[in-house]
Amino acid sequence: MHQATQGHGNYLTEGGFWSWFTTLDHKRIGVMYLFTTLAFFIVGGLFAVLIRLELFRPGNLFSPDLYNQLFTFHGAIMIFMFIIPIIPAALGNFFLPLMIGAKDVAFPRLNLTSYYLFIGGAMLAVAALFSGGVDTGWTFYAPYSLRSQTAVILVTLGVFVMGFSSILTGLNFMVTIHKLRAPGMTFHRMPLFLWAIYATAIIQVLATPVIGITVLLIVMERVLQIGFFDPKLGGDPVLFQHFFWFYSHPAVYIMILPGMGIISEVVTVFSRKHIFGYVAIAYSSLAIAFISFLVWGHHMFVSGQSPLANLLFSVLTMMVAIPTAIKIFNWTATLYKGSIQLQTPMLYALSFLFLFTIGGLTGLFLATLSVDVHLHDTYFVVAHFHYVMMGGTVMGLLAGIHYWWPKMFGRMYPELSGKISCFLIFLGFNVTFLPQFYLGRLGMPRRYADYDASFTTWNMVSTIGSWFIFAGFLWMFAYLIWSLFRGEKAGDNPWGAKTLEWQTSSPPQVYNFEKIPEVKEGPYHYGVMKTE
Amino acid sequence: MLPQASSSAHSFEILFGVIFWFSLISFLAVSTAIVFFVIKFHRTRRDPFKTPFIHGHTVLETSVAVGLFVVVMIFFIWGWADYKKILNAPQDPLEINVIGKQWLWEMEYSNGRKLINEMVVPKDEPVKLLFSSADVIHSFFIPNFRLKQDVVPGLYTTLWFQASLLGEHPVLCAEYCGSAHSKMLATLKVVSKEDYDTWQKQWEKAKTQKVEEAQEDAASMAEQGKGLFTQKGCTACHTVTGQKLIGPPLNGIFGKEVELQDGSKHFRDENYIRESLMTPGAKMVKGFAPLMPTFQGTLSDSEVNAVIAYLKSLKE
Amino acid sequence: MNTQAGSHSVPHHFETAQQAFESAKLGMWLFLVTEILLFGVLFCIYIMYRGLYPEMFHEASLHLNRVMGATNTAVLLISSFTMAMAVHRAKHDDRVTAVRMLAITFFCGVIFMTIKYFEYTHKIHEGLLPAGMFSYDHVTHVKMPLFFSLYFMMTGLHGIHVLVGMGLILWVMVRCQRGAFGHAYSTPVELTGIYWHLVDLIWIYLFPLLYLIG
Repeated sequence: MHQATQGHGNYLTEGGFWSWFTTLDHKRIGVMYLFTTLAFFIVGGLFAVLIRLELFRPGNLFSPDLYNQLFTFHGAIMIFMFIIPIIPAALGNFFLPLMIGAKDVAFPRLNLTSYYLFIGGAMLAVAALFSGGVDTGWTFYAPYSLRSQTAVILVTLGVFVMGFSSILTGLNFMVTIHKLRAPGMTFHRMPLFLWAIYATAIIQVLATPVIGITVLLIVMERVLQIGFFDPKLGGDPVLFQHFFWFYSHPAVYIMILPGMGIISEVVTVFSRKHIFGYVAIAYSSLAIAFISFLVWGHHMFVSGQSPLANLLFSVLTMMVAIPTAIKIFNWTATLYKGSIQLQTPMLYALSFLFLFTIGGLTGLFLATLSVDVHLHDTYFVVAHFHYVMMGGTVMGLLAGIHYWWPKMFGRMYPELSGKISCFLIFLGFNVTFLPQFYLGRLGMPRRYADYDASFTTWNMVSTIGSWFIFAGFLWMFAYLIWSLFRGEKAGDNPWGAKTLEWQTSSPPQVYNFEKIPEVKEGPYHYGVMKTE
Repeated sequence: MLPQASSSAHSFEILFGVIFWFSLISFLAVSTAIVFFVIKFHRTRRDPFKTPFIHGHTVLETSVAVGLFVVVMIFFIWGWADYKKILNAPQDPLEINVIGKQWLWEMEYSNGRKLINEMVVPKDEPVKLLFSSADVIHSFFIPNFRLKQDVVPGLYTTLWFQASLLGEHPVLCAEYCGSAHSKMLATLKVVSKEDYDTWQKQWEKAKTQKVEEAQEDAASMAEQGKGLFTQKGCTACHTVTGQKLIGPPLNGIFGKEVELQDGSKHFRDENYIRESLMTPGAKMVKGFAPLMPTFQGTLSDSEVNAVIAYLKSLKE
Repeated sequence: MNTQAGSHSVPHHFETAQQAFESAKLGMWLFLVTEILLFGVLFCIYIMYRGLYPEMFHEASLHLNRVMGATNTAVLLISSFTMAMAVHRAKHDDRVTAVRMLAITFFCGVIFMTIKYFEYTHKIHEGLLPAGMFSYDHVTHVKMPLFFSLYFMMTGLHGIHVLVGMGLILWVMVRCQRGAFGHAYSTPVELTGIYWHLVDLIWIYLFPLLYLIG
């Protein structure tokens, strides 16, 4: 570790190229996470484009087996290697210590370890791609995953290792938030992004071990034939689903909560208003985290689990709607009487509000028992999931990346290009996924390599939409990379925001702050203190 | 629009409609508010340093929460009430056993009649399906009835319905089950009660006559075999055009040698085909996975003969 | 966390040694929570199958060696005591006793693993193996192989934890010998201690659940 006196350079340039590989600086680890996960996003995205190409019209472009591999890798890469790690491990790593006025996370070495664990796990999964692939779907349902001839062991081991990376990150963040806040930074003065990261960390710590041991048991089933989930050996395949969703439902909140946190930051900054209902938003994150542990069975309404379980899971799932709706209401209310500026981060935040509202409302259909019987495992679910994950999390992520880009790299991206990309992605997204609601309602099941000719029209529309999304992202990656080298130099606080990360230089110095800041007021004190 | 072919389909449409309109109105309310605020309070019209300091509004937030709570509870109770109707089968339904196999549906009536990928049921009579799976999890999905039930190995699951619309309704597999998941399709035929009874009686009569007169000439045997080849779901895995799917193509193979999994060669004669139908794993063709279900008990001797005649008739 | 032999400096991003210690301890407790959840899944499977087949569990547990199980329980209880003593002595700058106590704890681990080894070889010899490889002939209940799947998964996972714990004990023992710990800094000994207690605690549950049914 450098001595403190050396720590006044900019974190990006201090030390040579190789120093990145052993760095303990949370900002560098965050940046490495950002680029790694974005690389996986590109790979997962290409798989998505291929999936849509196959579904452009009935008949087979690829063989059904290849198609099954495509959607498995699309799901597994997007979930385990992109959307779960990216906001907490990349943006969270970078900004959590900055936002609470700390010099680093509590355990910097553990932080680097978890990065390398992530890389190790991801490599295992990528190795599977080159040794026969996997065709189980990202859900690894038994007994199919026990019989499949493909490289299931490699991928499940990869998920296990990446799970540990996620646990260590969550643990690190929880301790950091508890122990390393700057003087005056009470919990109620923390930016809402950190409340979201904190709620996420709780889920990471409490739910991930369950998926870890569960996928390990799948490996054991294949290696030692332990038979817990194998009906041929006396086991119960539905038990696997319980364990799987006990993690994987909370996991969707690992994905969405940090996105919600970013929205709270961006909406306040770009409307120059104090957040409407700080306490409600903060605690609704915790409420969502808590309820998330009690609703896993809604993935199994037609799996043959008991009707009583269905009853309880249905009513508990309905409860999730309430904290979520309060958040939407409060963000909208924050705009009221603000002074709104429509820069790229804000455009993404508004896209989030539109799309996530649709995603949330369509969840009501799926939570309603009798309606879910028809919609379960159809494209309606696929559309709902993408509205929440892509319309929600990815829009939040893009808002965050654009919002913090000048802080991370000290340069601005071209504003007009940002707006063009946002428009293309928003448009393409709706063209792609809105028709899928309708297809699902017509009864088109998911994971179909081929479909009945009556579904053709809307599948074509959906595929065409995917090209717009593709173009939008292509444009975005181009201008972001361009801006790293040629972008206009950004000031320390280009948006005039009040949170602590904007009080240091852009890009920040190695130890974050010249002097640890003292916090005297909340993070959103914009405007005048009295109403007009 | 999807036909409503059962009472559950009718209830589904009503509740779906209610939630749809609630969602649409909520969405429009939120998006109108956002668009309105963005225009009205745009930076060009508002001084960024003179925005009011509003903390929140507890009464407003609470009423949103309470209001929504009431609405979702209505949805929940309504959904539960409808779901209970889906659960509770009436007394003495017509029972049909359904077995899901990779990748076909096998239906067995109580009189022993077996059909593959085809089900015939009487209109306006309660029918109860009893599911089991021979391999992995499948899901029996009848979109026109708005019904679906997972078919789980090692567990019996059930589903009942009362069809209200004559005609053919598609059945799909909704739980991912491997290579030919999207080809695991069946047809559910709804006929009148009278037609159903005659349909069953004819079969029972034919069964007692032992179908001896079905010793027709080879040409029509092949014809019959061709029919069986699609009816029994063989086409999900085997082509007769030389293209490889999950199983080997079957044109021009009769009487020729083939390399087996263990490297040995074997003639594909009548006995070989028969064995492959009854114990598919016994002599596997090299390069294919042991995925084929047995047709023991589903194909009668004369039907096996017909399939063999059909395969003989195919040229490369 | 960052230590050189002889002296310990507080990592740069902490204000005080106390803050560093509290953070490490909180981190360790959170980690233990994840460990409990890891085992929790196996306990859930246990509860479910035992609820379904109580007589089978009863019968199957008779095939386990209670004497060996009880001996191992005693060994681990003793090791927990010596571990606690080691932490206590290390904090009071009593290096010699601390190292001695750690050595005893490590030795207990060795005994535990040796006994486990004999139990395993005996089971493997008899064919009392996880479900798919089960080849023991005299069973009355068809589901009995599942019990042995559980037995091997639960004790196996626990055994791996014992081995990890032994590695940690060896590591702190060496550092303790070199005089790295004292009243000002003894975080690694303390954390290893907490971890070792959890490993013991899990065994305290495993023993009656697997060996003492009926």
